[in-house]
Amino acid sequence: MNNQSRLHLPKAPARPGEAPDFSYVQLSPAGAVRRPDINARARDMMELSVELVRVLDDAGDAVGPWHPHLDPGDLQVGLRHMLLTRIYDDRMQRMQRAGKISFYIRSLGEEAVSVAQCMALRPGDMLFPSYRNQGVYITRGIALVDLMCQLLSNTRDMCKGRQLPVMYHSKAGNIFSISGNLATQFPQAVGWAMAAAIKGEDHLAASWIGEGSSAEADFHHALLFASVYQAPAILNVVNNQWAISTFQGYAGGEQRSFAARGPGYGMAGIRVDGNDFLAVYAVTQWAAERARTGAGPTLIELVTYRAAAHSTSDDPARYRAKNDHEHWPLGDPVLRLKQHLIKLGEWSDARHQALTAELEALVASSWKEATAFGTMSEGPRLNADLMFEDLFKEMPEHLKRQQALMRAERR
Amino acid sequence: MASMNMIQALNSGMDIMLGKDPAVVLMGEDIGYFGGVFRATEGLQRKYGEHRVIDTPIAEGGIIAAAIGMSVNGLRPVAEIQFADYIYPGFDQICSELARIRYRSAGDFYAPVTIRTPCGGGIRGGQTHSQSPEGIFTHVSGIKVVMPSNPYDAKGLLITCIEDDDPVVFFEPKRLYNGPFDGDPNKPAVPWSTHPKGQVDEGYYRVPLGKADIVRGGSAVTIITYGTMVHVAAAAAAAMRVDAEIIDLRSLVPLDVDTICSSVKKTGRCIVAHEATRFSGFGAEILSIIQEECFWYLEAPIQRVTGWDTPYPHAFEWEYFPGQARVGTALAAVMGAA
Repeated sequence: MNNQSRLHLPKAPARPGEAPDFSYVQLSPAGAVRRPDINARARDMMELSVELVRVLDDAGDAVGPWHPHLDPGDLQVGLRHMLLTRIYDDRMQRMQRAGKISFYIRSLGEEAVSVAQCMALRPGDMLFPSYRNQGVYITRGIALVDLMCQLLSNTRDMCKGRQLPVMYHSKAGNIFSISGNLATQFPQAVGWAMAAAIKGEDHLAASWIGEGSSAEADFHHALLFASVYQAPAILNVVNNQWAISTFQGYAGGEQRSFAARGPGYGMAGIRVDGNDFLAVYAVTQWAAERARTGAGPTLIELVTYRAAAHSTSDDPARYRAKNDHEHWPLGDPVLRLKQHLIKLGEWSDARHQALTAELEALVASSWKEATAFGTMSEGPRLNADLMFEDLFKEMPEHLKRQQALMRAERR
Repeated sequence: MASMNMIQALNSGMDIMLGKDPAVVLMGEDIGYFGGVFRATEGLQRKYGEHRVIDTPIAEGGIIAAAIGMSVNGLRPVAEIQFADYIYPGFDQICSELARIRYRSAGDFYAPVTIRTPCGGGIRGGQTHSQSPEGIFTHVSGIKVVMPSNPYDAKGLLITCIEDDDPVVFFEPKRLYNGPFDGDPNKPAVPWSTHPKGQVDEGYYRVPLGKADIVRGGSAVTIITYGTMVHVAAAAAAAMRVDAEIIDLRSLVPLDVDTICSSVKKTGRCIVAHEATRFSGFGAEILSIIQEECFWYLEAPIQRVTGWDTPYPHAFEWEYFPGQARVGTALAAVMGAA
């Protein structure tokens, strides 16, 4: 049976021991893709799901119709959020390695996705993130201490010890609770957007999943409902090329772009350089305006690269070419925005170094503050009684009995 | 015989079946080139090729549905669901389809699919990497449900399941992958090389479904359990110097009612222990059967030892886990009622 098989199996472009190969990534020159009117119909802008919206060129200049013409001050804020995300990730990774937290997921190389998109939205817009969107919490101003206390499952943990590290939420920040199961939040975001439409409000919902998770049926539920009801939603597929060891070809990216799923469902689909802060901002702003003016939902594919391991439980050296992210054709989002700001005369290496030092100090002092509320190994600890709370609004009798049994067992 | 941990034993079982039967294919997320996130399929794609050990999209419903279709067309798929917590997108395909294809087609079609999936807590996995959903599947008519407690049984049961013409959900308690675990997370880990059931025949052998294993003979009380709790219950009984008869069910559907009932009739006392939640859990089924079959032999009310009826909380893993203290409380109750 083996040697007769005619089954097609997608191939990863480069495995360990092979040279990195990104020739499969379809690129468009910066500035080359047209920017349709926000009321354009999905069928009249099919090329957006094939081409790649880019604003920053290789020299660091912003070009073309998608140039968002942001104030340099806003660009500096974006750079700060991305850099803080990266420094936070780096420190938390090291804390996991030191045994202080049980698990961690970095967003290295993908910082522009969360930061630029979040900056292009309004505070009242509801976010349904995945587990690699820490930049949205940072951009929305959630204190690092609060994020760290969640990682530590300590006495100030927003989840009261119930969730794995990085499964944050923020009611005040309009950021929904992360599940841990994949893609489930995507159709929920559409439901939130449908409710906004029903209530006559002009808030929108945005959600993020990886290209790997887009294989789940929930992805298709989201597109179907968004399209049928023209829900004010922005659905983002972060195509970082890898789902743990599984190359994006296995999620269906080999024959056609993920953005092209949008037109398939009758909604706008657009492919954007996910490492280009300006392009990500511009595309998200365009999609937001479409959503708010009733022009319908948008599927955005953010083409980026997972520069780090999937999580602290993963070792990518086992399945992909060594240092391949250094060869990624779309570069690094932090360095590209930095280069652009320097080109504008609004930034310098010295300022970058000073900002890096400032943010490292912020992360260090936040960690010190967070650990005072307890760590996995050192008190104070959360009261285990909390395990039984919040399952229902009011605790039923059988849980009260179990809570008493648990207390007796701990004595 | 060779010393193997549970991962190596499962790998050996799949290796043997891939070699023995060209219809056997493996499929799942990260199982091919990478060899699986728990390494259960390591080396098998290299050995048998990517057409027999197939990487899949992240789509559990798709994996199970495709496995059904492949099985109807003559293959014998072994599908891995990366964590039991991720099995629910495939729930409709398992409950409404896989379980009923033989029945609804009056035997004209059948689906010999084995679904392997790691379950259970104790690895700091939080609420989405720790669940024990076996009771959800035992409640569905038409699916066999298996959970081994050691490497020897894991391999023999897996081979039997792959050869079985009916669908099986095969739960692997991941806390036991690298060694037996007595419920105390503060003790140094013990490898399977120190345990008799870590000695595994390197060749083909079967462990039958529907046949429980009496792990330890005893006269004072019967402890009916499976998976990780086999080791926890044995340690608790030993610590309390109770002469417990410990029964490892191994297969929940079909269930070895004879072994359960002979033991309870002999001892007159019984504890049922599982890591899964209590309410409508599989333990309730065992209790009902004992009540129906052994009522007049019972000297004391039957005790249940289970996880609490909440999700598995990250910070309170060991307050949640039914450890030796919870087994001890149940033992004291069932023995004290003399």
